[in-house]
Amino acid sequence: AAPRSVPAMESADGAARTLPSIGRLSRGPLFGRAYGRFGLSPSGQLLPPAPPSQENADPQRTAFLLRKQWTLYSVTPLYGFSDARLRDYARLLSAFIAAEKQKGLAVEVGVELDIKVAVSSLPDLKGSDQDQAAILVQLSSRSPASPKNSEEKLIWSGWFCCVSGDDLSENVPEDFTCLPLFLVSGAESYTAIVGSWFQKTFDCCFRRLAISPLNLSWMAAMWTGCKVDKTASAMELVFSVPCLSQPLDISYAIHPEDAKALWDTVQKTPGEITQEEVDVFMDCLYSHFHRHFKIHLSATKLVKVSTAIASAHCDGIIKFLQSQYLTGVLMLLTELAISQIQ
Amino acid sequence: HLATSLPLPSERDHLRPRIDLIVFMIDIKSKYSLKNIEASLAHVDASFFLGKVCFLVTGVGRVNYCSVDMNAIWKLGEVYCSPVLFCELELEGIRVATAQRLLRMLQICAGHIPGVSALSFGSLMRGSADD
Repeated sequence: AAPRSVPAMESADGAARTLPSIGRLSRGPLFGRAYGRFGLSPSGQLLPPAPPSQENADPQRTAFLLRKQWTLYSVTPLYGFSDARLRDYARLLSAFIAAEKQKGLAVEVGVELDIKVAVSSLPDLKGSDQDQAAILVQLSSRSPASPKNSEEKLIWSGWFCCVSGDDLSENVPEDFTCLPLFLVSGAESYTAIVGSWFQKTFDCCFRRLAISPLNLSWMAAMWTGCKVDKTASAMELVFSVPCLSQPLDISYAIHPEDAKALWDTVQKTPGEITQEEVDVFMDCLYSHFHRHFKIHLSATKLVKVSTAIASAHCDGIIKFLQSQYLTGVLMLLTELAISQIQ
Repeated sequence: HLATSLPLPSERDHLRPRIDLIVFMIDIKSKYSLKNIEASLAHVDASFFLGKVCFLVTGVGRVNYCSVDMNAIWKLGEVYCSPVLFCELELEGIRVATAQRLLRMLQICAGHIPGVSALSFGSLMRGSADD
């Protein structure tokens, strides 16, 4: 582990910030529910087991989603959406983007880009049959100066998905489609344009999805327990130290086999994880660090977790690294998105 | 009197006034603060837990900075039979309101409010937080 200084990391203030009104100060359950949903059934036992491997899905079709950084948003249910009209939506969105450019909200100054919109469905990305299949929106560009058949360059991708979102989809009225998780890769300006088209067309609301340190530690524990075929990369935890004049980040790297060995001694029932087990796991890592460096990591903020399965950052940024665990991780993220919406 | 942990240093025991209320502050952003409180609780005489102890959880305004499991805090309140209050120190309004609440509790614990004892008030507070 090596402490190092990094430039000030702006906290994502766009992220959920629930301030209880004075009248509700002592009302715990409302606050507890805001984040506590993640992975906890009423009895306190944990549900999602180590993310299940996908069986029938063709990994090639979703390979393009791996090893890319995606920014996460939660989306409220879409009204009047139909997956039979994807071509129409592509056409309408394309016209909207062109209109925005006319208005002078051109994304790239001085460069005239011909933006092409493609909207498609990703049927493999769902958990239960009740889930709506994932919807992928891609923006590609071709400079009008280049020859007609030149390659189009993909400049922006965004996809909506819902994996095991039964809790939400069971409770919405008929005409609503539940796709609570939105993942984006590309320029923020395009994200804003596409987002506002969806908001206008389907009366939905996008919000950056932040991941709390508590949820990150769950991910660290869960993903450590997953079996990986190839040699796994080191598990890395990044902590941000609060209340310092100069911001300081601490990076703690753990050999994947050591981490897995530790987790295996902690986890009692395979397929089930409890909060206590996550606490013990993290406490072991913290005390090991304290023994060597005399720093209490438990007083800092866990901001990033990287394992062989995936890496997640508290600002709501994810990177999928293993196709067999893609739906598993999406299931966790869907749950986070749903609890942010509710 | 503010202390970072218990027990209080014994050197000043004879100079210390009577303690009427102990407020344990847990910062929801720091797991370390919870561990510290749990260790300090062991040094408190049992008689304090008859209404003269409360837990104050701070930092609740930012749900996404949460490093502490809420269930652990609820359990603490249950095990030690003491009320759990929440506040957000960053907001002046809530800070002031919380301070006023604590002051009121302190008056009761010190016996300055006739007809209300620390024990009865403590059970009243816990009863209302349970529903």
